[in-house]
Amino acid sequence: MKRISVKEDACIGCGICQVYCTLEHSKSKDAIKAYLKEDPKPVSRIRIETNKPVSMSIRCQHCKDTPCVYACLAGAMTLDKKTGLVIHDPEKCMGCWTCIMVCPYGAVKPDSSGKIIAKCDLCPNLDVPACVTNCPNDALLCETVEE
Amino acid sequence: MVKYLIIGGSAGGVGAVEAIREVDPTGTIALISEEVFPQYSRPMISEFVSQEATLATMKYRSEQFWKKHNVHAYTGKTALNIDFDKKIVKLDDGQKLEYEKLLLATGGRPVVPQMDGVTKEGVFTFTELASAEGITSKLQHAKSAVVLGGGLIGVSVADALVKRGIKITLIELNDRLIHVVLDEKASELAETVIKATGTKLILSQTVKQILGKQGNPNEVGGVLLQDDTIISCDLVVLAVGVNPRIELVEDSKVEIQKGIIVDRFMQTNIPDVYACGDATEAHDFLVKENRRLPLWPLAHVGGRVAGYNMAGQTTEYEGGTVMSSMNYFRLPIISVGKINPEDSSEYEILVDVQPEKPVYRKIVLKDDVIVGFIFLGEVEKAGILFRLIKNQVNVAEVKEKLLSKDFGIISLPETVRKEMFVVH
Repeated sequence: MKRISVKEDACIGCGICQVYCTLEHSKSKDAIKAYLKEDPKPVSRIRIETNKPVSMSIRCQHCKDTPCVYACLAGAMTLDKKTGLVIHDPEKCMGCWTCIMVCPYGAVKPDSSGKIIAKCDLCPNLDVPACVTNCPNDALLCETVEE
Repeated sequence: MVKYLIIGGSAGGVGAVEAIREVDPTGTIALISEEVFPQYSRPMISEFVSQEATLATMKYRSEQFWKKHNVHAYTGKTALNIDFDKKIVKLDDGQKLEYEKLLLATGGRPVVPQMDGVTKEGVFTFTELASAEGITSKLQHAKSAVVLGGGLIGVSVADALVKRGIKITLIELNDRLIHVVLDEKASELAETVIKATGTKLILSQTVKQILGKQGNPNEVGGVLLQDDTIISCDLVVLAVGVNPRIELVEDSKVEIQKGIIVDRFMQTNIPDVYACGDATEAHDFLVKENRRLPLWPLAHVGGRVAGYNMAGQTTEYEGGTVMSSMNYFRLPIISVGKINPEDSSEYEILVDVQPEKPVYRKIVLKDDVIVGFIFLGEVEKAGILFRLIKNQVNVAEVKEKLLSKDFGIISLPETVRKEMFVVH
């Protein structure tokens, strides 16, 4: 299954992964339109953490033990057994933030509407997630890992 | 003979079915549920009343769930009694089901306080779809409602009714809202947000009688408070608590205190009989003893653990603790663990308050280990703290960073970080 891993020594905390993540999850895929006109505004599903001199780009790890799936009050989080991905269904999400409470990575957040959550979906429409492709320092790796 | 028999089709029952099927794809499973449509999300009934969710979107699992998992679902049926020696459950329609392993996932029942007028038309509890449907059917003609109980359920129904344009008076016996998970400051901030919607809050007070309508004494017309104030209303919602449903085992050999006692494998004192969820007293990882924790996610996980063990895959329940997450009145709040320590000299308390936003974050530590926190207004990194509580991580080195903007996984010791991530 696909996974993103971080090269801690190579990440410079530039935030370009966040920009491309936001763009990939926008309707227009156009930075200016997405920022100015879209409602709700697209949000990045990545958080950059900095503790100088180290920086890190953090996102949903699609955990094997899926605490968010078990905690979800609505049945909106599911584990796709074929791909090993944790899938979020925005139509079912009730915005109770229970997944936020139990995510050990703090990798789930409210989207800009404040009514549902947003998290990394590994860019299902792309071969390689946008953050990985566009990382200027090759700090992110998209790998296929064994189950 | 049924290999696995489950009584209850909500979070715990669903969790058990999923776990059993992971281990045993073919063993016969039967499930008894009083509700005809059991696989819905009970916490979503407030979204159903506010019309933000429909019957379709509030499904916890699909309608084909029972079929897909090859479960014989006895829906709309009640288990009447259990013969633990002969391993037989009798249903209300006379059927008898013989089992090998039994799971009691019977849930809770809303508390209905004994008071005059409680049987009047227009009085509801709020834990099931039926109560949500009952309230919804009244909304066309109702203008105002009294919600008795300022806990999580009371606040959830108040939020839903405000969204439907109903004038609400919320009455709570305690001196603060959701007192199990909020402290004085968090309640004060929540009160301000709730009052801004026009909702009236009355704390340290309760209802002593439900009054009838003028011209129709059998229908709700108002309530009489302990201090003799009268508040007129068209609806009363009782949200004062939930008791474990233990009537099936009350006069049996099954060990009960307030709820059914289970061990770390969700097994009762009777061999082959398991229990989970609101009906039980199960392990709390913080206080390290059994207690009642009637919370949906814990019911689900408890059901899963029971399911694995019933199917022969020995699995230990990690336990839960007092924890709540909510987003009512558009105010996100996450609260976990001990947030109101009784003897504050033994505890260290870190606080960040920004009342204008409002943001309030409080972390409670004992001997450099986090034992509880409240995040109000800003909740994003709550899960990182939840993990630190659960794993009892010593945070002496990062204590001063815990409430800083830059706090994150990167603040944790490198060894902890590398355990969590694939890092190159």
